[in-house]
Amino acid sequence: MTPPRRDSGLVRPYVVTGGRAYPTRNTFDLVSLVIAANDLSLSGLSPEKRDLIVLCRGGALSVAEVAGYLSLPVSVTKVLLGDLVDSGHIITRAPAPPTPRPDTQLLQEVLDGLRALA
Amino acid sequence: MDSAPWRDTNVYLPDTVQTAVKVVVVGHFAVGKTTLVGTLSEITPLRTEETMTQAGAAVDDLAGVDGKDTTTVAMDFGRITLNPHLVLYLFGAPGQQRFQQLWHDIAYGALGALVLADARRLECSFPVIDMVEEHGLAYAVAVNHFEGAPTFGEQKLREALDLLDETPLVVCDARDRTSATAALIALVQYLHARSSQEHA
Repeated sequence: MTPPRRDSGLVRPYVVTGGRAYPTRNTFDLVSLVIAANDLSLSGLSPEKRDLIVLCRGGALSVAEVAGYLSLPVSVTKVLLGDLVDSGHIITRAPAPPTPRPDTQLLQEVLDGLRALA
Repeated sequence: MDSAPWRDTNVYLPDTVQTAVKVVVVGHFAVGKTTLVGTLSEITPLRTEETMTQAGAAVDDLAGVDGKDTTTVAMDFGRITLNPHLVLYLFGAPGQQRFQQLWHDIAYGALGALVLADARRLECSFPVIDMVEEHGLAYAVAVNHFEGAPTFGEQKLREALDLLDETPLVVCDARDRTSATAALIALVQYLHARSSQEHA
C-alpha cells in the first residue's frame, strides 16, 4: 500500500524555479546520473540550489533520487539542475539512455545481475 | 544474500557506475507496486510527487474540495546495483492515462514494464495494459498474490487478460524478494529474447 503523503511545503514549487516550468537544457532523464563539481562557491545561490549541491557532493545520484531526497517534484528538480550545470556546479556523470530501444548486450548484463540476486 | 563490495546500503552510487537503466512497475490502485519496489530496492524507496493540473479533475472525486483544479500524483522508486558498472531503477507508476507527462518521463528509454495484476480485480488491469502498449513498452504480467484471492490456471488468466502467447505471465508475491526478483527476471528474459530476434 502507498504510505500517506507528506505534508506539502509552504512554498509553491514554481517559486523555487523563479516561475519556470522547463529547464534551460533538455538533457535530463529520470535516471541521468549527476554529481557536484568540486569546491565551487555557493554564494548567491538559493537555499534549494545549495541543498541540491550539498546532497550531490556525497557522490553520484539519479535525477529521480535528487528529487526524492529534496522532496521536490522532478520537473522542478530538472530546472534547478539545468541552472547548476550551466553554472558549473553540477556535472552529468552518465547521460540519459542514448536510444529508446535497449540493446541485447545491455539486457544480457541486466539479466546476469538479476540472476546473481535470486 | 550476497555481500558484494559494491552493494551496500549507501545512499550514493559506487564511483564505478557508468550506466543507469530503468524498468516501470505499473498497475492499478493498491495492487502492490510500492510493496514490490520496496522489496527489491537496495535503498529505502523514495517518492516524488508531481502536481497535475486540470486533466484529472473530471475523474477525481473533488466533492467538498472547493476550487481544486490540480491533483497530485506520486511515484515511488527504488534502485538495484546490478554490477559495479550498471544500476537498475524501478519506478512504480500509476496506470492512469491522465498522467501523460509523468508517463512520458518514465517510459522514455525504459527497458520495459512489469504489469502487476490482482486476481480479484483483473478487469482493473485492462486500462493499465492498454496504456503500456500505447507507450510502446514491452511488458510482462505478474499476478500478485493476495490472501483469499481466487487461483486461476495460467490459461484462464491469459484469456481473462487477453495476453499474447509470447507475453510472460508469472504469479508472484510482491513481499518476497526471491519471488519478486523472479518476476523481474521473467520480464528481462523476454526483453532479451525479443532483442536477440530483432538483431538476428
